[in-house]
Amino acid sequence: MNIPSDLRYSRTDEWVRVEGDIATIGITDYAQSELGDIVYVELPEAGRVLQADEMFGTVESVKAVADLYSPVAGEVIETNPAVTERYELLNEDPYGEGWLIKVQLADPSEVESLLTAEQYAAYIEERQKA
Amino acid sequence: MATESGNLRRTPLADTHPRMGARMVEFAGWWMPVQYGGIIQEARAVRENVGMFDISHMGRFHLQGAEAIPALETLTTNDVSALTDGAAQYSLLTNPQGGVIDDIIVYRLSSEHLLVVVNAANADKDRRWIQQHLPPSVTLEDATAQTAMIAVQGPKAVELVSRLFAQNLAELPRFHVTSSRWSGHPVLVARTGYTGEDGVELIIDAPAAQLLWNALHEAGAVPCGLGARDMLRIEAGYPLYGHELNEHINPIEAGLGWVVSKSKEFIGADVIRRIREQGPARKLVGLEVEGRMVARQGYPVQVNGQTVGEITSGTFSPTLEKSIAMAFVNSEYARTGGEVQVDVRGKPVPARIVSRRFVSHV
Repeated sequence: MNIPSDLRYSRTDEWVRVEGDIATIGITDYAQSELGDIVYVELPEAGRVLQADEMFGTVESVKAVADLYSPVAGEVIETNPAVTERYELLNEDPYGEGWLIKVQLADPSEVESLLTAEQYAAYIEERQKA
Repeated sequence: MATESGNLRRTPLADTHPRMGARMVEFAGWWMPVQYGGIIQEARAVRENVGMFDISHMGRFHLQGAEAIPALETLTTNDVSALTDGAAQYSLLTNPQGGVIDDIIVYRLSSEHLLVVVNAANADKDRRWIQQHLPPSVTLEDATAQTAMIAVQGPKAVELVSRLFAQNLAELPRFHVTSSRWSGHPVLVARTGYTGEDGVELIIDAPAAQLLWNALHEAGAVPCGLGARDMLRIEAGYPLYGHELNEHINPIEAGLGWVVSKSKEFIGADVIRRIREQGPARKLVGLEVEGRMVARQGYPVQVNGQTVGEITSGTFSPTLEKSIAMAFVNSEYARTGGEVQVDVRGKPVPARIVSRRFVSHV
């Protein structure tokens, strides 16, 4: 399971990469692997203001549908047009070309409250045992 | 990832699958591969080339005795007596209310020997039901545990197995079965399947199953899991018990009138005859759903905001690159070309009623 150490994670299996006051958000390798072949993603319009833990979209695979939650608060400034052309990108490159949205952070320090890679790895392991 | 728990039944290939990279899940009390490389990739392999499935979890019952054919005749909807040696038919076990106990395939191996293949989820129920109705002169032997069953499916499947078996299986007609040998082991080869593609289903003694699986793999068959199997059967419009069929669904509404004999008596025949004459209250239809959201089992089907049916199965079809589904719809709305909406988690998504045979090459 790929869990890059430079990212932060949510308990709902999203990752966050922070550059300045911009956060890029996507789903984790674990999430895409659990979902299997992804066939559809619904993303918000740019300009939408999200609260932390607010649902911002859904991702749908052959097997299941999962809601997407924003780990941080802020305004959506960009969505990834590539993933709605090639949904496979979410399976193939969830941390790279398969990113979902960019958010202008309301409070960049909020990211510190999210899980680190080690904590997220432990959280996955815990769930797999359950 | 799920870990094995409880007393799940294991096919003779249960150790092979995870070694080859399969993700394993519980299915109908069995520990089964749901996918290897990816469901879509596996389904494409079957549509374009050849894939193979471990279907050893399906129940395999041998009925033997001079009265085997008349005994099964009273339990099933299709004409068993129409079968010749080596021929097979799709059929149904029905209850006195005309509901479907299971959908099955009956193979006539000889005039006194039938092989009945049933769904894993219903195998215990079916065995008890059949046993209960057999005269003492007919024996039922459950060969599920002693054998493995492998489906090899796709446009290149018959060619691949013919090469491996050094036998021209293209000469075996569809829905026929023959005794063959591979590497010294007896194999029952049936020209049947559940994918909408040509292919065969192979039954071999359990100890030889792994060798055959490996040989098929080396010959180019792509290992596929239950996920791809479900996707392919939906594309082909085939019903799956628990979705399109159950004990409260009759064969006529499920579009299976063609496997119900009009000329013989069997359990539930009078009820089903009446439904056929009056017309069913609802019908199983195919739906092409707009966009890419998957219409899943239980989602309401609506016309002008009013619920007129319910989705039984849905998937994203990689062959058609469309969202497709099957649904029971009140008969007055079940007209091909009709426009309906599927309530996808509160959102009405337009859909069109089409033939259930979304993809079929057989």
